[in-house]
Amino acid sequence: MLTLTCPCCGVTAEETELAPGGEAHLKRFGPGASEAEFEAYMFARANTKGVVFERWRHAYGCGKWFLAARSSVTLEVFGTYPAQTSAPPADLIAAIKARVPGWEGYP
Amino acid sequence: MSLRLTTGGRLIDRAKPLSFRFNQRWMTGLAGDTLASALLANDRVMVGRSFKYHRPRGIVASGVEEPNALVGLGEGARFEPDQRATTIELFEGATAISQNHWPNLAFDVGEVNSWLARFLPAGFYYKTFMAPQAAWARLFEPIIRRSAGLGRAPDRADADRYEQAYAFADLVVVGGGVAGLTAALAGARAGQRVLVLEQTAHWGGRAPVDGGVIDGLGPDAWVRNAVKVLEKMENVTLRLRCMAAGLHDHGHLIGYERVADHAPQTDAPRHRLWRIRAGKVVVATGALERPLSFAGNDVPGVMLASAVRDYVVNWAVAPGQRTVIVTNNDDAYRTALALLDAGLAVPAVLDTRESLTGDLVQAVRARGVRVLEGKAIARVRGRSRLRGVVICRQDSAGATAMSETIACDCVAMSGGWSPVVHLWSHCGGKLLWDASAAMFRPDPTCPPTGADGAAMAVCAGAASGALGLADCLRDAHKAAGGTGKPPQAKAPTEAPIAPVWVMPAKAGIEARSKMWLDFQNDVKVSDVQLAAREGYESVEHTKRYTTLGMATDQGKLSNINGLAVLSEALDQPVPATGTTTFRPPYTPISFGAIAGEARGDLFQPLRRTPMHGWHEAHGAHWEPVGLWRRPYCYPRSGETHRDAVNREVLATRRSLGLLDASTLGKIVVKGPDAGRFLDMIYTGVMSSLPVGKCRYGLMCSDNGFLIDDGVVVRLSDDTWLCHTTTGGADRIHAHMEDWLQCEWWDWKVHTANLTEQFAQVAVVGPNARKLLEKLGGMDLSKDALPFMTFAEGTLGGVRARVFRISFSGELCYEVAVPASQGLAFWERLMAEGAEFGVTPYGTEALHVMRAEKGFIMIGDETDGTVIPQDLNLGWAISKKKVDYLGKRAQERAHMADPDRWRLVGLETLDGSVLPDGAIAADAGYNGNRQRNTQGRVTSTYYSPTLGRGIAMGLVRRGPERMGEVIRFTAEGRLIAARIVDQVFYDKDGEKQNV
Repeated sequence: MLTLTCPCCGVTAEETELAPGGEAHLKRFGPGASEAEFEAYMFARANTKGVVFERWRHAYGCGKWFLAARSSVTLEVFGTYPAQTSAPPADLIAAIKARVPGWEGYP
Repeated sequence: MSLRLTTGGRLIDRAKPLSFRFNQRWMTGLAGDTLASALLANDRVMVGRSFKYHRPRGIVASGVEEPNALVGLGEGARFEPDQRATTIELFEGATAISQNHWPNLAFDVGEVNSWLARFLPAGFYYKTFMAPQAAWARLFEPIIRRSAGLGRAPDRADADRYEQAYAFADLVVVGGGVAGLTAALAGARAGQRVLVLEQTAHWGGRAPVDGGVIDGLGPDAWVRNAVKVLEKMENVTLRLRCMAAGLHDHGHLIGYERVADHAPQTDAPRHRLWRIRAGKVVVATGALERPLSFAGNDVPGVMLASAVRDYVVNWAVAPGQRTVIVTNNDDAYRTALALLDAGLAVPAVLDTRESLTGDLVQAVRARGVRVLEGKAIARVRGRSRLRGVVICRQDSAGATAMSETIACDCVAMSGGWSPVVHLWSHCGGKLLWDASAAMFRPDPTCPPTGADGAAMAVCAGAASGALGLADCLRDAHKAAGGTGKPPQAKAPTEAPIAPVWVMPAKAGIEARSKMWLDFQNDVKVSDVQLAAREGYESVEHTKRYTTLGMATDQGKLSNINGLAVLSEALDQPVPATGTTTFRPPYTPISFGAIAGEARGDLFQPLRRTPMHGWHEAHGAHWEPVGLWRRPYCYPRSGETHRDAVNREVLATRRSLGLLDASTLGKIVVKGPDAGRFLDMIYTGVMSSLPVGKCRYGLMCSDNGFLIDDGVVVRLSDDTWLCHTTTGGADRIHAHMEDWLQCEWWDWKVHTANLTEQFAQVAVVGPNARKLLEKLGGMDLSKDALPFMTFAEGTLGGVRARVFRISFSGELCYEVAVPASQGLAFWERLMAEGAEFGVTPYGTEALHVMRAEKGFIMIGDETDGTVIPQDLNLGWAISKKKVDYLGKRAQERAHMADPDRWRLVGLETLDGSVLPDGAIAADAGYNGNRQRNTQGRVTSTYYSPTLGRGIAMGLVRRGPERMGEVIRFTAEGRLIAARIVDQVFYDKDGEKQNV
C-alpha cells in the first residue's frame, strides 16, 4: 500500500485514495501514424524492473493527475511532479541518478 | 494421563472455575486457561484427526503454531471452524467440537486411509484423478470433498460485529516479549510515538517460562516493571491480543485485534482490523520450536518441548506423568527442569549429541535424570495415545533386538528454533542460512525498504536469531536505536545445536513413511523424498506437489524441516534450496474483520434520486445500476414483474408514461476550447452543433472501442451539456479530465459533473405534450420545440430545461429540474396526468421500448471489444475530422475486417423469446476443440407492442445476411432465428417526430 504526495494539493495520500494510470510520458500517436508507431503507443510498455515513471490520479482527493518516479524493486519514491510535462524534470533525473548508481537515465 | 497439578500455574486463577463443552460433554477449566490447557487438564490428549489419513492427533504446541488442535468453536450464527485450541482463551460456556472424523472422534471410518497410506503418496490426486473429465463433477470431486477438508463451513450469517480502524506511529514494535518491551522502552525514551502489539493476552513472551535474570530481577518481575513504565508514557500505546498479520509497502502494517473473543457476552466488536502506518517496524516476534522427524512423531502425547513446559509453568497442567525428552540442543533441558520442579517423572533425556557439558545439561544430570548421548527415538509405542518409545543410536538405521523401550505417556521434542521472520519477509526482506545455529535469520544488509529507500523494518531479539537472553536484549535495544545501556541479563551458557532432520539418520523407508513433517496436511519425510526423486527440485514446486506447508498453519512447524529434507534428497546445502515465500497473514484472520462494517446496508453507498422515496412507496421492484437503485417496474397487486412491464410499455405507447431519468450522467463542458475538446472526445462533430440543438454522440477509447453514448446539448456559445449512461457518469468525467490534464493541458476547458444537481423526468407517449401544456409556462409545440432541440423556461412554476429527445420512439420530453424540486415536479406530473392514465415505468419497460426501436445499450450491445462500426453507427462518426479518440485504432486491419460480427435484429421462427446470451454455432472446431461460433444474442425481450419475442445480436457479416435463418444454442436446445432489420417498431420514426 503505497503512499505518494500529490504535487497539486500537497496531501500525502495512500493507495486507496489514488487511482493508477500506468506508464507516464507516453507520446500519443493518432491518424497518420504507422502501424508500428500506433502499436508501440497503445500496447508496448517498458515494464521496467527498477526506476519507473507512472501516472497517478488523486481520485479521492483533489482529483488531479500527477506523475511519480519510484523504484519497482525497493519501492523507494524518488519524487512526484505535475502531469503537465512531456519529460521528468531535470532535478529529479539528477536525484535518481545519485540514488541509483548505474541507472541508464530517462530515454 | 494428563491432569491439573495442585500447585503453580502463573496464568490461571484457581478461584474462578469455568464450565465449557467439548464434543457435547461438559468439563471444567479455570480462568486464564486456553481451550488446549483446559482439555489437557481434563485428560483430553487426542483432540482431532488428520486431514488425509484420519490419524488420531493430539495437541503439539502451546501457541499460534499449533497444527493439530483445530476445533469448531461456538454454535449457530457464531459457529466458526478451524480455530486453534491453543489460542482460544477459555470463557464460561464455551462450546467446541473436534473436526474431520465420522462418525466420532474415537472411531473414525476414514482411518482406513491410513492403512492405505502407501497407495496415497505425494501428488496422489494429480496422478490418479486425471481422466475422464466427466468423472470430476460426479465422482472424484464429491469423494475428495467428503473425505478431505477440515471443519465444516458455517451455514448462517455471522451474528457478530467487526470494525476497522487506522493508527499511526513512528515506531511499531511487534511482539510484547522481553525483546519487544526492551525495544519499546528504547524507542519511547527517545521520544518516538510507539505502538506495541502483542498477539497473546499477556506481556513477556517466553522469558517468564524460560527463566534467567534481567537487571537483577526474575523475568516476570522485570516484565511487570517494564509494562508499568510504558503504560505511564504518553507517547506509548500498548495493545494486547493484537497480531501483526502482514507488513506491506511503505510501512503499512495490518493488525488483527481479537477484542472480544475471550468475552463474547460484551457488546464490543468481536475483531478489529487495524490499518497501521508505521515509520519503522521492530519485528520482535520471537522464534518457533521445530519438531523432530522420528517415526510416530504424530502420536498424541508427542509434543514440542517448549509447549510441555508452557503447560506446566503457565497453566499447571501436566501433559503426561512420565515424559521422555528428545533433543538436539540445550534448550529442551529447561523442560526437564520444569517437569522435575513440578514433581513429574523424566525417565530419560535422549540427546543426539555427544560429550555434553552445558550448564543446563549438568543441572538435569544433577537431579538424577538419565541423559543418553548420541541417542534417538527409533519408533513410538501406542496409536491414539503414547505408551512408550523405542530408542536407538542417532547415527544408526533404527532399532535392533537389543533396543531399549522406555515407558512414557509424553515425549517432549526439540529440533531447535526458527526465528519468526514472516513480517520481515512479507515486503522483501532477505534471509541468511546460519549453519552453526541451523536456522534462517534475517540478512541485515537486505531489509525491506520504505518510501525513502531506507529499511522500514528491523528484526530484534530471537526473531533476528539472538536466542540467548543477554544477546536478545542487547539486540532489541540496538534495533530500536536505544542509547545507553541495554537491560543486563544472566542465563545459563548453552552448547551449540547439532542439526537433525531425520531421526535416526539412516532410517529405512518404513520409518520414513511414519515421520511427519506437516502434521496438518499429513506430509511425511518419505513424501518429500519421493517428490525429489520425481524431479521436483524447486521448493515452491515440492510444496505444491506434496502440500507441505499449505495447511492453515502455513508450515510454521514443518517448513524448515521439510526443506532440509528436500536439500538432503537433492544433495545440496539448505540455502541452495531456499524457503518458500512468506505471505500475509501470519495466522488466519477472520473474514468478518476483513469486511469490517462493510456489510448489509453499509456494504456500499446507495445513491438515491430525489424521487426514490416515491418509487419505494409505490411498490417499485428495484434494479441496482452502479450505486443507484432504479425501479425495474412497479408491480400492482396480483401482477408478476412481466405483467407489470407489459402494462407499462403498452400504457406508454398508447397514452402516457413517466420515467425517472435522474440517474443519467450530466457533465457540463465549458470554455473557449470546449468545442474542439468535444470533437476529440466524441466520434461525431459537436463544435458545429447550434445553440439549442441536441445531437447523439459516441465516445471511444483511444483503442477504438465504444465506451459510452448519450445526447449532447449545446446550452450556449461556450457551454455544452453531455449526457452519459447511468453507470458511466463518473467514469466518463474522469476520462475527460485525464485527457484534459495529461494530454491537452493547454486547452481552456472546464468540466463539471452535475449529475446529482438535477432531477430528470422523461414524459413519454402520445399525450406527453398535452400533460406538459397543462402545467403551462413554455411553448412546447412542434414548431417551437421540434425533435432534437432544447429550451429553458418555467414549467408549472418550476425552472426547467426541456430536451426533445426520445429513447422509446414516442413523443417525448425529458425535463430536468433542480434536484430539490424533483419530487414535487414528479408528483405534479402524476396528479395532472391522471386524466391520461399516466403510468410510471421502470428500467425494464425502458429496455423493451428501446429494443423495439433498435437502439443500442452500452453494456448490452457493447462489451469492450465492440466498435461503433459494428453497431451500424457509422453515421455518428465524422468522416471529415482529422482526429478523434479511437480514429487511428479503427483504421487497423482487424477493425476494418468485413468478417467482424455486426449488429442485426433477430426473430425466432415461432415468435418465442431467444434466451439471453445464446450463441450461434458455426461449422467446424477451433484449436481448443470448441465449436466455431458466428454470433451471439446481445438483447432479447418479449415485445408487448408486437406480441412476440424480439432480439438483437452480433452476427458475422450480419447486415449482409438479411433474411437468413441461423440456429442459436441455449439451454441445450437449438433455436432457429431469422436475421432481420434491428428496428422492429416505427421504422421511419414518425411517432417521435410529431
